[in-house]
Amino acid sequence: MSAIADVMWHFAKWSEATPLGRVIRNSEYAFPMIEFVHLAALAVIGGAVLVVDMRLLGMGLKKSSVAQLAKDAQPYVTGSLIVMILTGIALYSSEATKCYASFAFWIKMVSLLLAMIFTYTVKKHAAAKDLESKMVGALSILLWFGVAWGGRWIGFGG
Amino acid sequence: MNLLGVVRALADQPWSVELHESLYGYPIVESVHVWALCLFVGLTIVLDLRLTGLTFRTVPVSEVVRRILPWQIAGFIVMVASGLLLFYAIPVRSYQNIFFRVKILLLIVAGLNVWFFNSGVYRRIESWDRDPIPPPRARRAGFASLALWLLIIFCGRMIAYNWFDCDKQPQSQVINTLAGCELEAGAP
Repeated sequence: MSAIADVMWHFAKWSEATPLGRVIRNSEYAFPMIEFVHLAALAVIGGAVLVVDMRLLGMGLKKSSVAQLAKDAQPYVTGSLIVMILTGIALYSSEATKCYASFAFWIKMVSLLLAMIFTYTVKKHAAAKDLESKMVGALSILLWFGVAWGGRWIGFGG
Repeated sequence: MNLLGVVRALADQPWSVELHESLYGYPIVESVHVWALCLFVGLTIVLDLRLTGLTFRTVPVSEVVRRILPWQIAGFIVMVASGLLLFYAIPVRSYQNIFFRVKILLLIVAGLNVWFFNSGVYRRIESWDRDPIPPPRARRAGFASLALWLLIIFCGRMIAYNWFDCDKQPQSQVINTLAGCELEAGAP
């Protein structure tokens, strides 16, 4: 086992042993309720990301500037991302060792990391400068949809 | 034949069994359903946020409606198609699931909300198209839509859990009635 995998495994064991992980695991309703909030935030971030990405691709709200749309959508992207990360941590803590063994989970974490870096660097600057870059829009959609896809497959034990 | 008979006949079809038992088919359909959720519900939320005046205040409302609508329709078609397939894979349990039943009712209410909006305040769109904060009736339609879709997502996610399933007895009389459970004579 490589050193990184070793650290991740111990982190997963530790997460499951935290009070948060234990409470969620031992409750019949906690996991579904947190899952719902996670999914609701997904719908919000889906819309807020798509409306700007579609504009970058030259579709949707073409009469508005990229900069204006991005500015209006920003609080909803960041807000729902915070909700998703917090609820995601809670879900993870209840089944961290299962996630450790899930290929889909790691696909999701890598896409999420890339999507966040991309959103808050490249896309943010492109939008602020009003660049109508199809490449930026397409990459953003691809990365975020990878996150959604990976997320759903964690539940299938993939 | 009543509805329960219809869904039982559905469940006996080879393709229904095939989809239900498939290793990848069912998860793929469900993933597509979640993708379509991002597209359709996400864009519906965008329109609702404009209607409530919460954001996108400089974009004319008619512009949001016109330009977003084709994508909403596309997302809606994928959503309904994947949803029907999910139902087709597990017909009886879904039909007798309380959350599924409430979800269908809420979908009808959401449709009525759109209809009232279109035949009401949206007819006079010229007079408020560029208002940063639309008139109360439009805002109410937006907030109603947000609340409805939140509840629909809630019910959709909860269908997966078997708390109120008919094969999990005893349940209270209310639950059994609402879920349409057929109890064997003499059973508690």
